[in-house]
Amino acid sequence: MSSIGTGYDISVSTYSPDGRVFQVEYASKAVDNSGTAIGLRVNEGVVLAVEKLVHSKLLVPRSNRRIQTVDTHIGVATAGLLADSRHIINRVREEAQSFRDIYKYQVPGKTIADRVGQYVQAYTLYSSVRPFGSSAIIGIVDNGGPHLYMVEPSGVYWDYFGCAVGKGKQAAKTEIEKLKLSEMSILDAVKDAARIIYAVHDNAKDKEFELELSWITKESGKHQFVPKEIAEEAEGLAKESLNQEEMKDD
Amino acid sequence: MNFDNNNNNNNFYESVGNVTKQTTRPIVTGTSIIGFKYRDGIMIAADNLASYGSLARFKSVERIFPVGEFTCIAGSGDLSDFQYIKHLLESLMIKENYIDDGHVLTAPHIHEYLTQILYGRRSKLNPLWNSLIIGGFHDGEGYLGYADLLGTAHKSSTIATGLGTQLMHPLLRKSVEGRENEVTEEEAIEIVNDCMRVSYYRDARSLNKFQRAKITAKGFEITEPYSVDVVWHE
Repeated sequence: MSSIGTGYDISVSTYSPDGRVFQVEYASKAVDNSGTAIGLRVNEGVVLAVEKLVHSKLLVPRSNRRIQTVDTHIGVATAGLLADSRHIINRVREEAQSFRDIYKYQVPGKTIADRVGQYVQAYTLYSSVRPFGSSAIIGIVDNGGPHLYMVEPSGVYWDYFGCAVGKGKQAAKTEIEKLKLSEMSILDAVKDAARIIYAVHDNAKDKEFELELSWITKESGKHQFVPKEIAEEAEGLAKESLNQEEMKDD
Repeated sequence: MNFDNNNNNNNFYESVGNVTKQTTRPIVTGTSIIGFKYRDGIMIAADNLASYGSLARFKSVERIFPVGEFTCIAGSGDLSDFQYIKHLLESLMIKENYIDDGHVLTAPHIHEYLTQILYGRRSKLNPLWNSLIIGGFHDGEGYLGYADLLGTAHKSSTIATGLGTQLMHPLLRKSVEGRENEVTEEEAIEIVNDCMRVSYYRDARSLNKFQRAKITAKGFEITEPYSVDVVWHE
């Protein structure tokens, strides 16, 4: 990399001559090495899915969750360094609680996305800290309906119909672009989310992974892991479609 | 308030000389509430009035709220303190849910938690001015608890607070105690209606508009506000 050895990549408080902050870009690299996480926004709610790479068979199944609940109506899926992700989620929870304490209602999507964005961005300003090696996909249903945000290590956040981060983000984005998100039911979104995670998983490089699937339905307004039967069905269909793809290739 | 005092006490609370004065008087209040066991679980009732002294100030205030799927809290006393308690419990349930280990707080846990909060506040000489009824369904049976501003707590098959201890509790004892497992839902509703009618006749801070909650193995159900027939003179 051209930045190495120039001295401009050491501190987050120094720009390179062409106006970049290399430490922020390195942080994004940490995110790119992680298992894929995607979010889909449809009329009936938001679906989050994560390809959680399992590094050891000794780990307890379903431990080290990468999707977590914030307040009752928010789900956060993360990609990148898990410890950094947990720190960000703690912050989201604190912000949601603080909003609740003051305004006595649930924090809206754009407020929480903005607060998390501001917080993450502050870690790109000082030489004494490093930026977060984590991106957070925030799914939420508020009074304005379902929303999907993604906060990156630089602190930028956008409002998405569908988004993807991690190893398989390019392939995942291509798949998401093919979907008709505005016409899709949430059950179909769950199936597609599972299918995409299975499709972008690289069996040659990473062997084991666990699929984490959650949703916030407009109906319940709550973030929950997708019920077992529905998740199993979606996972079954995902594996099936993967087999069919392989048959075609042969 | 003493405006002539010379101290530099910019305390948030009302100050008299060097003494910080905490809540010694409830302002907007709710009157008596009742709760009792019956065959299927717990029945609770509270009227919809918030009084400002003797003025019937707000007439559609809900004084029963659910906590989780199998617990309901009813409150009498200072209503701002009651709203604060509601906020505390909502926050607590959200935090508990984060742990994501499948455990949920049920009536006995919530009863204990509230008791500790109330006792802690009275020990700071700044009590939360309430008497609360905690009704729930836990371990296959109804759970009925009481907690108040002093941090006092107990369980019982019949509970009434405030003036209701004089007006309604004797009626509850007579019709419920000893036959908790016999009282049907229909009879329980009649008992609630009779108690609330008596309360409305004799308690000048009460209202003939109230809600009833039942907590059974199936979860909680809180009725819409309703009234009972009253006859003031034959």
